[in-house]
Amino acid sequence: MKFDEEFFNLGYLDTLSYKDTFVHRLDPRIKIIVTFIFILFVVSFNKYQISALLPFFLFPVFLLTAGNIPIKAIAKKVLFISPFAVFIGIFNPLFDRQILITPFGIPVSGGWLSFFSIIIKFILTVSSALLLIAVTSFPGICEALSRMKMPKIFVIQLLFLYRYIFVLLDVALRMVRARDARAFGNKGKDIKTFIRLVSVLLIKSIDRAERVYQAMLARGFNGEIKVMKKYKPRFADIIFGITSVLLFYIFRNYNIANYFGEAIKR
Amino acid sequence: MHMADALLSPAVGGTMWAGSLATMIYCAKKLSGKIDEKMIPLMGVLGAFIFAGQMINFTIPGTGSSGHIGGGMLLAILLGPYAAFIVIASVLVIQALFFADGGLLALGANIWNLGVYPAFIGYPLIYSAIVKKNSNSKAITIASIISVIVSLQLGALSVVLETKFSGITELPFSTFLLMMQPIHLAIGLVEGIATAGIILYVRKIRPDIVDNLEVVKNTYSTGSLKKLLIVMSLLAIITGGALSWFASTNPDGLEWSIEKIYGKPEVPEKINPVTENLSKLQEKTAILPDYSFPSKGEEQEKSPSWPAVDTGTSVSGIIGGIMVLALVIVFGMGIRIMNKNRAKT
Amino acid sequence: MSHHIVELKDAFFKYPDGTEALKGVSFKILHGESVGIAGANGMGKTTLLLNLSGHLIPTKGEVSIGEVTLCQKTRQEIRRKVGFVFQRTDDQLFMPTVYEDVAFGPVNLGLPENKVNERVKNALEMVGCYHLKDRPPHRLSEGQKRAVAIATVIAMEPDILIMDEPASNLDPRSRRQLINLLNKFKHTKIIASHDLDLILDVCERCIIIRDGKVFADGPSDEILLNESLLEENGLELPLTRQLHNFKQSS
Repeated sequence: MKFDEEFFNLGYLDTLSYKDTFVHRLDPRIKIIVTFIFILFVVSFNKYQISALLPFFLFPVFLLTAGNIPIKAIAKKVLFISPFAVFIGIFNPLFDRQILITPFGIPVSGGWLSFFSIIIKFILTVSSALLLIAVTSFPGICEALSRMKMPKIFVIQLLFLYRYIFVLLDVALRMVRARDARAFGNKGKDIKTFIRLVSVLLIKSIDRAERVYQAMLARGFNGEIKVMKKYKPRFADIIFGITSVLLFYIFRNYNIANYFGEAIKR
Repeated sequence: MHMADALLSPAVGGTMWAGSLATMIYCAKKLSGKIDEKMIPLMGVLGAFIFAGQMINFTIPGTGSSGHIGGGMLLAILLGPYAAFIVIASVLVIQALFFADGGLLALGANIWNLGVYPAFIGYPLIYSAIVKKNSNSKAITIASIISVIVSLQLGALSVVLETKFSGITELPFSTFLLMMQPIHLAIGLVEGIATAGIILYVRKIRPDIVDNLEVVKNTYSTGSLKKLLIVMSLLAIITGGALSWFASTNPDGLEWSIEKIYGKPEVPEKINPVTENLSKLQEKTAILPDYSFPSKGEEQEKSPSWPAVDTGTSVSGIIGGIMVLALVIVFGMGIRIMNKNRAKT
Repeated sequence: MSHHIVELKDAFFKYPDGTEALKGVSFKILHGESVGIAGANGMGKTTLLLNLSGHLIPTKGEVSIGEVTLCQKTRQEIRRKVGFVFQRTDDQLFMPTVYEDVAFGPVNLGLPENKVNERVKNALEMVGCYHLKDRPPHRLSEGQKRAVAIATVIAMEPDILIMDEPASNLDPRSRRQLINLLNKFKHTKIIASHDLDLILDVCERCIIIRDGKVFADGPSDEILLNESLLEENGLELPLTRQLHNFKQSS
């Protein structure tokens, strides 16, 4: 069942990425750079920071809402991977028991602070990566990478990989279904069957690569593939980029949450 | 295991990115020019194959839990080091974007951890050394197991080091190491067996494929690879040795080096104008004894200059934080409503 | 006009593993002809097509397209004259978008950008898929993929169209659209298919291949309605004919 879900998720995010909204139309290069800067700012906070991180949620929320992405799609994924972060982070409260703050008289250890800080950073970074692809088609990202001077062979590799992922996942899914239909409990799911399945999949894949190669030759392939240039940075893209980075800078250097809190106390 | 953004500091993340990019450019250079044209669709399809292959699980004998292969070594055996590295990197990119496996900053570290070791150490130094043109199944199995185990161990060690140097988690170096290495030993054993099994089975029923791949692999020379490998292995040994010395005999030394690294981050050029401010702030925090291992009874002097750690301002942090979140949610809902209205007209 | 003649002179083909797929095939196809290739599985249909399109070179005998005889040196030239539509669409569509797939051929021909645009537009419009130009191939239905695959080939403006099982996996409507489309083309057409009704509808001539040799070669109307001939070759009457016979007998 897990295979089905993963396959579905991949396809779902991929479908979302072809929507047509303001965010989708932004230049992929700008989106990649802004997201990257976002992540850098977020992880640059010290390990006990929590409140100053919160305004950063503005970015994923903006992408989500302006890009018309259903929140379930992102939330489910984040939840699904969260055990990992919890597992690693949970050691912090165990090892760092020094009480650092006592808000409202409740003692809170540094370990718990850093634990929650990790969780928040985790949610921010994971959701922004998912949203990046949700609002930017994968070919768009590849084209942006090629304009950012990534080696051409890598960009072509990404494009071909993307093209054939759905095809091969489909083939593999059928094989797994066929196996599961005849496997009872754990019999049939042993490593020997696995090796056979994967070997057959490998052979099919290599044969397919050969046929694709023939198809390419049939249309005059001579070793070079051109990546089409589709995007030109517009005014909107630049505004988006500058505004975002400015906001990140402000959030990073000024604890907005604190200011609000202080203001309320008065 | 994949590295995650939330456990990385910008310095470590940036460094690993630099390393991975450099390796990728090196591989691209090696592959440009005389390679077999067939490589292009082959690499793409094999990347998709690895992806699909990772979705198929099997039960690990004796444990009842299910596992799946990584595929890095398999790729290196099929395609040779340079092409394999590029394919591994591409698979990780897809995983990072569509499955949030790790994250975009950690992607650099993951490409290094999961790509460099099988492609440039496991395959050329171990597998190729043992397996020759007509090796029997025993040789292939042993070579596969050893090379996968070594690659995974190095990868796991890298994760632990990256985590430690980032200083986000409290997990002590030795504990983390003791967790990671044995697990990856077991994973490596299983994956090594699986990899060998696949190679042998394919060789048996489709020897022409194996032969063709050999031809394709030989279209680019691996001569200079030997020099690079010697350098890299020496580096690995030196750093490995130095770090284990640090960890075992000189815990303060590790702590000191962490502070040193964290105190002066090498922030990538993209945010240059901001670097100064950032490093100023980070120097402030480095003064705080954040990274000393807590010892019982020790009085920790907290400088009140950092708001998050101050009793007084922590309350405003909490209240303000709730407000911020509320505002963000309202903002989001507002955009949703705007969208709905626009859609209606 | 002679540069459009497809001719096989006693062509043999043996695969590297020893399988003899073609054992002396001879026929001649003239400009504008539409020829169907039928035969049971494994009889050599696909191998024949691959030999005609320059993917394989006969181990003995000769294949010539126009004045050019197929050999290692003339392979590229032959490939340019022949538009080959593969059986599996996923093998043929390998670029990120429909537009780029159709443009692949013209770009490789060295055409300037505006010419490429023109060719792509014309080809896609001819198959009725211009509105799909920005779609990635994995978001197309089988029928759309098939149409686009044909577009990728006709954008190169070949003299001859060769197709391997063009109607396989198509739903009835897409199949009908394909048949209508093929009837629009004025190219020389060579179509291998199990779909005998399609051959009846599109090809005026039919060649039956058995055991790597030509078993029958003549007008489709005669060959495909000859029940005993068909059954001898592991084939059946086209469904339309079966229906006709059935109606007649009742």
